[in-house]
Amino acid sequence: MSLSFRSLLVAAVAAVAACGGKQPPEQPAPAPAPTAQPDDQAARDKARADSIEAARRAQAERDKAAADAAAKAAALKASLMQDLTAMIHFDFDKSDIKTDDESNLNRKAAILASNSAVHVRVAGHCDERGSDEYNLALGNRRAASAKRYLVGKGVDGSRIETVSFGEERPIDPGHDETAWAKNRRDEFDLTSGVDNLVAPR
Amino acid sequence: MTRRLLLLALLLAGNRAQAQDTTKAVDRGVRIGLTYEPGIRPSIVVLPARGLDSAKSILARDLDYSDRFEVVSVPPGDSVATTLSLPGGGARVTPQSTTPNYGLYRAFGADYGVELVGPEPVVTVRLHDLAASLVRQEEKFTLPAPNAPGFRMAVHRISDQVVRWITGTPGIAASRILFVSNKRVHRVDSDGVDLQPLTGETEEALSPAWSPDGSKMVYTQFNAGRGALVVLTLATGQRATVPGTTADLNITPVFSPDGKNLAFARSNEEGTDIFTFNVGDWCCPLRLTVGRFADNLSPTYAPDGRRIAFVSTRAGLPQIYVMDNDGADQELFAPFDYGVTGSSNAPEWSPDGAMVVFHREVSKVLQLFLLEVAGRRVRQLTSTGRNEDATWAPDGRHLAFVSDRSGRRQLWVIDTESGRIRQLTTTGIARLPAWSRRLQ
Repeated sequence: MSLSFRSLLVAAVAAVAACGGKQPPEQPAPAPAPTAQPDDQAARDKARADSIEAARRAQAERDKAAADAAAKAAALKASLMQDLTAMIHFDFDKSDIKTDDESNLNRKAAILASNSAVHVRVAGHCDERGSDEYNLALGNRRAASAKRYLVGKGVDGSRIETVSFGEERPIDPGHDETAWAKNRRDEFDLTSGVDNLVAPR
Repeated sequence: MTRRLLLLALLLAGNRAQAQDTTKAVDRGVRIGLTYEPGIRPSIVVLPARGLDSAKSILARDLDYSDRFEVVSVPPGDSVATTLSLPGGGARVTPQSTTPNYGLYRAFGADYGVELVGPEPVVTVRLHDLAASLVRQEEKFTLPAPNAPGFRMAVHRISDQVVRWITGTPGIAASRILFVSNKRVHRVDSDGVDLQPLTGETEEALSPAWSPDGSKMVYTQFNAGRGALVVLTLATGQRATVPGTTADLNITPVFSPDGKNLAFARSNEEGTDIFTFNVGDWCCPLRLTVGRFADNLSPTYAPDGRRIAFVSTRAGLPQIYVMDNDGADQELFAPFDYGVTGSSNAPEWSPDGAMVVFHREVSKVLQLFLLEVAGRRVRQLTSTGRNEDATWAPDGRHLAFVSDRSGRRQLWVIDTESGRIRQLTTTGIARLPAWSRRLQ
């Protein structure tokens, strides 16, 4: 009995493998010997059912593992994307990188170092307090400031382009310091190379 | 009815005359010629103009907006001078008298009377000196029908000529202002009427500027953080993108006073610097500033074209500098106290060369300032609300600017001599105005 169970299990696993792991075996188990007793028949049926169940469980585990791996990879990618695109902020009429934002940019530099296909567009933005036209130049300086920092951390400058929106695209339409603080920012867009992001070493 | 209104008007005019200062009253009594004294505003009345009501009201408003006269209102209705009304509203007799009742208009408190005699298309304009009881000036103007395209500008030109007759300097009514609203360049007459978009709904325009002859404008066509310079010929709608301006962010373009060059600023990773481009030969970009870590932008030509005032951050915050038109001899223009004076931006040199207007941050709010070029002295012009991006009228006396004093950013006009202010636009958000020269 244990022998036949084992052979059935092997057959079932083989069938699963043969089917690409998608379906339980459709084919019947090997035909029982003509001399089989009724007890043997019942045992064989149970063994067959057990093997099918076992195969199903094994498949479910593999599916879960694959899904977990995919989810983990997606989470990693999302995390890397989030780190790469996290905004940095500026004081009024200033374009120098604030100490609070250095870890943000260091993380970007590390990810970019491990993902050489990634290209970034840095867009400088301003609040509405300053002059409309001057803000275009200030936004340009803010974008260039972030680029200079990243290049200083070893990122190839040809992978980073800079643009400026001045005060033309506020993310907070308010007219107070809370809104202005949010609007004084660099945004980071990934323009290519985001398909196979890997974590920095 | 007309007589009753007239009587009322006479009573009101009597009160008005008493309210005026005595010097002026004496002057009126002894005047023997046509005089104009700045600081004392003569009063003027636009005589009722049969069949030309629309032109008359535009003319009266233009004269008011010139800020050089007290414009005296006459009750609406029939001409008090030349029309006889029959009782019961019957047929009217309108003798074509060319001699208004001078005594009557003097009683309104008026020094001058302007008379329009139609009908279109040729209108005779007369300037009556009411004190001397005679016609000082007379000229015929071609005036299209009120609904024809050139009508308002033709009336504005009449207004400007009347101002010239009295003051020696033409008015500014026949001019227009470009500005940005809802991402499109619009133009509006100097009196705030006839608003029209000039750029399309699918593009995003910034910083329009006139060519000196008013036939073209240049603006920044903003596109996802970059901006090309586009020259638009207004009569035809023809557009030309300035070569070499599509890759970077090109901002604050202006024409040189001879119309042959553009000066503008280019922003890229090297910073923001001022360039010129020869629009006559359509070539030859020239770099005027090398900022390294400082930005240079917002060029504005002196009326002789030899000097350019501009904004630079070379001392930290943006301030107003000046250089030759080839970039030589760069120096500070508008004095400031280092570490104390706020950011200064958006300079525009006046048409007579005497002043540069700019805005400066005072207690975290932008205010207009005037730099007196000869003495290099600066004085603050505004203090109510936020006021910025001023542009000179052709007379070098009025400015259009952006102010939020009404609650949201709108265009206003200030007379720098009298301080009188009027609102030019009323809808949406208006910004980045540019006033034309006198338009022919």
